[in-house]
Amino acid sequence: MKFDWLAKYWPLLIDGAFQTVALLVISVSLGFLLAIGLAFAQVSGGCVLRSLARWFSTVFRGTPLLIQLWLLYYGIGSLLPMVPGLRQSFLWPLLREGFFFAAVSFTLNYAAYEAEVLRGALLSVPKGELEAGRALGMSRLTVVRRIWLPRAIRIALPTIAGEVVLQLKATPLAFTVTVMDLYAVAYKIRQDTLLVYEPLLVVTLFYVALTALITRAFGVVEAQVPIRR
Amino acid sequence: MTANPMTVWQLLALEPPGWGGALLSGAASTVAISASAFAIGLLIGLGGAIAKLAGNRPLVLTLNLYTAIIRAVPELILIVGLYYAGTDGLNRLLAAFGLPAVEVNGFVAAVAVLGFVQGAYMTEVLRGAILAIPVGQIEAARAFGMSPLLRFRRVTLPALLPNALPGLSNLWMSVTKDSALVAVVGYQELALTTRLAGANTKQYFLFFLAAAILYLAITLVSNLVVHWLERRLRRSQPVVA
Repeated sequence: MKFDWLAKYWPLLIDGAFQTVALLVISVSLGFLLAIGLAFAQVSGGCVLRSLARWFSTVFRGTPLLIQLWLLYYGIGSLLPMVPGLRQSFLWPLLREGFFFAAVSFTLNYAAYEAEVLRGALLSVPKGELEAGRALGMSRLTVVRRIWLPRAIRIALPTIAGEVVLQLKATPLAFTVTVMDLYAVAYKIRQDTLLVYEPLLVVTLFYVALTALITRAFGVVEAQVPIRR
Repeated sequence: MTANPMTVWQLLALEPPGWGGALLSGAASTVAISASAFAIGLLIGLGGAIAKLAGNRPLVLTLNLYTAIIRAVPELILIVGLYYAGTDGLNRLLAAFGLPAVEVNGFVAAVAVLGFVQGAYMTEVLRGAILAIPVGQIEAARAFGMSPLLRFRRVTLPALLPNALPGLSNLWMSVTKDSALVAVVGYQELALTTRLAGANTKQYFLFFLAAAILYLAITLVSNLVVHWLERRLRRSQPVVA
């Protein structure tokens, strides 16, 4: 076991860690917003909206994330230059990056899983509480904003913590589309120094530490709003 | 799409100029990898769960470490790490016995690595399922003087299966999708075949869409099987309204 390469590569590792965390934060926060919409579409949407949301969840949960990522990056990515005017637009530098495609596909994938979790949570909010809100004269939107959604999120919180950790563990896939995330840095170190296990070990420690941090953070949030049994 | 003279159906044809046959055999090897890894995981998980519940202290600590580490580390890192560590370790072991090094078959390596990862999750699922069996049932079997093996076959196993089925079916779904990660270490299953097809014909979109549909088909068929199994395994349980 040799670790003298750490002295040379630590700035790269820090950069990689930032990319990993950025992918995680972007996909979880945007994915969560999307999931709220999808969950409500399934619980109280009309017939069209409901089946659309259900299909979205089935398709994104039924295919590997790697295929979704490659479909976006290689598939859509190779079609994009054919769109007239796009190459000249201000969006092009963004659309050229693997990071963009990774962020989009991770967001969609996370939203699909999270929507199922939220759907279950929305359905398990006691009906009486919603009726009480309506009886107090709240509009449907106010009931959603003040009672239904907060209660559902609280119910789903432990599962959400699990989903976030799973999402963290999915981020290394980004390296297959040229994103220099933490895993890609480990890969580069392996190619430069021919050390296989040491870089993987260091990177693994980071992932485990981040997992512990996420679990702790959610523990703190859960403790803020204790559930009465 | 106009640059290429071949039509969509020619590209997806089963015969060699088309890639349909290659994709289907890739899908078959994805199913084969997943099923073998699932079976190995089931064996590891059953052993792990029984050992954890039997409560030999050093053994339980080792198993806890195994399940904790496997479940905390990203699958891609596990697969790459175990792939190299596994083949390297095996060859060192062979060298220690004075045997020549072997080239590990990609299929075997993929199955072993995925099975080892599945085993950790299975251990937890099956442990929970065994714990959920009413103790009285097992005690009754013991009171009848059944040997441990007979007790397991006649009482524990049929009672734990309905409890474990949701967890097991989740794991099956996740192994069919995790098997795509094997593409990264170079074994040619559905995901890698698709990438090759795309690279050769420059029709990435078409082929990845086809692969996504194949994976989705695998998932949907599995769903049907799971529903059928669940009905069958729960036939002895009271219906909950």
